[in-house]
Amino acid sequence: METGFNLGAIDYTIMIVYFVFVLGIGWALKKYMKDASAFLEAGRSLPAWVTGLAFISANLGALEVIGMAASGAKYGMATVHFYWIGAIPAMIFLAIFMMPFYYGSKARSVPEYLKLRFDEKTRGFNAFSFAIMTIFASGISMYALALLMETLLGWNFHMSLIISALIVLIYTYLGGLSSAIYNEVLQFFLIVIGFLPLVVIALIKIGGWDGMVDKLHMNPLTTGFEHSWQGVANGPMGSIMGIVFGLGFVMSFGYWCTNFLVVQRAMAAGSMSAARKTPLIGALPKMFIPFLVIVPGVIAIALINSGDELFQLPLKGNGYDYDLVIPMMLKRFLPTGVLGLGLTALMASFMSGMAGNVTAFNTVFTYDIYQSYIVKGKSDRHYLRVGQITTIVGVAVSILTAYVAAMFNNVMDFLQLIFAFINAPLFAAFLLGMFTKRTTGHGAFWGLLSGTGAAAVVHGLTQPVGALSMIKGGWMGTVVHEFPSEMAQNFWIAIFAFCVALVVTIVISLMTKRNKTDEELRGLVYSLTPRVVDDSKHWYQKPSFLALIVGIIAIVLTIIYW
Amino acid sequence: MGLDIKIPIGAMFALLGIILTIFGLSTSGNEMYDISLDININLWSGILMFLFGSVMLAFSDLFRKKKGNQ
Repeated sequence: METGFNLGAIDYTIMIVYFVFVLGIGWALKKYMKDASAFLEAGRSLPAWVTGLAFISANLGALEVIGMAASGAKYGMATVHFYWIGAIPAMIFLAIFMMPFYYGSKARSVPEYLKLRFDEKTRGFNAFSFAIMTIFASGISMYALALLMETLLGWNFHMSLIISALIVLIYTYLGGLSSAIYNEVLQFFLIVIGFLPLVVIALIKIGGWDGMVDKLHMNPLTTGFEHSWQGVANGPMGSIMGIVFGLGFVMSFGYWCTNFLVVQRAMAAGSMSAARKTPLIGALPKMFIPFLVIVPGVIAIALINSGDELFQLPLKGNGYDYDLVIPMMLKRFLPTGVLGLGLTALMASFMSGMAGNVTAFNTVFTYDIYQSYIVKGKSDRHYLRVGQITTIVGVAVSILTAYVAAMFNNVMDFLQLIFAFINAPLFAAFLLGMFTKRTTGHGAFWGLLSGTGAAAVVHGLTQPVGALSMIKGGWMGTVVHEFPSEMAQNFWIAIFAFCVALVVTIVISLMTKRNKTDEELRGLVYSLTPRVVDDSKHWYQKPSFLALIVGIIAIVLTIIYW
Repeated sequence: MGLDIKIPIGAMFALLGIILTIFGLSTSGNEMYDISLDININLWSGILMFLFGSVMLAFSDLFRKKKGNQ
């Protein structure tokens, strides 16, 4: 089947204009990069709307755009659970309860918060695992972009890889975190405006929402794809408990509240009020992103049901190659011109994923690894230089990991699995550490380790239906339980890891002495920190009011698409 | 940071908007719009982008400074 695109001069013009602006922003910011804080923390000076859009844009990488459309085609509107329940509550919690500690403490990163709150070994564990994870995530983004450009445009794989890496390197090297954040805002608008024509035309073609539902009902397998909750318990996501507690609580809070990649954007804000509003301002567009990335996937399946002869989805194994849903929809509906715009938006999403990881890696490596364990007590200038060199090294290592990904597909699955194990229990340590002063460093550290172990054990004893390889689970020999899908399995691995981490942290904390005094924990623990008084002039500018609005919209959307 | 991000965002979208609008006008009625259901999507996207870029620029420091000098 023909998967290639025919691009015209106008499409290339659009791409070039975009790249000129991306590099131009980096160049314009170069003169402000005078100290390590400006380079690695954006000088803590940005307005809330900028950090808020960057907050979701850093997460709106390629895996999100391609993956969520694929999931929409595969599972239907139930995919919105990754947004309305799987992101919004966590973003509200981060803004209202956790941001005062992140921003109010002297911590410059999430691992550094762990060091201040707990101890050196907890910080070390988090810093090293996070650094390795971000480098691999960035490498995977590059690999996926180069592969897609090779498939769609016939571009040389190596050339695409090197050029995209170079562009990200140049703008993050020149302007540091500010440049990454500014470009994420630009990319956010480009992704929205670039995909909008596709959604509008595809919806007109399918006959609106009702037309889509009619066509989904033509096939018993896709009937009910228009609902998010209705019938979900019999679907691939499994039980309601797994979705609410596993995805909506453990996985979502673990990601949005403790992952430095996103938290770093909020910490770059210019004031406490702006930092707290960052996740909430991000949450507003976040709630509507399903209409840009999931709905095209659902429409694609409705189109196939209706027998649209112009739309074809390539096959892969026993089913469709769902990862090609977005590219094939672009090809089906967009003429040259907006097609270039859509492709540029796709590239922008890959780059924001890459740059986000590179800048988070930079900060953690420079502050939490280099300054903490390798060379302490040097001048600020020294660490600025290290931060800049780390950018180059980080991109170079990402390119290497991209080639590793190209050679051994399973290695990547395996690594992502290990990282999922490490992430799941992290929120337990934060929850106990931030809200009880009795939690000790030993408690948090052993809680993290045992939670990670528990995740591995659950993975070893269970598997999704039809699993073919050990990577999917069941490697301990006996399979105790079969899940309807890998998703449902992940939800439950997270639940077990969290509960084990929670219990172990409490038990070990009660058995060990407190290693920090009340004085040392001021600003880091809820009961020892004065309440934040928001300095917004009007009631409608306060984070609590914004949180209320976000919560209400999420509930209304959930009801409409029940 | 001293750079107002609304300036590059506004400038880029206004420029891309102009490019797409002109391209849309020059290809009006072309058979390439068969796949987009005979909608001149380049023209409409171009106009939308130009408007968005202009609004961004209007609210940027660029415009505010001019106002302040008068």
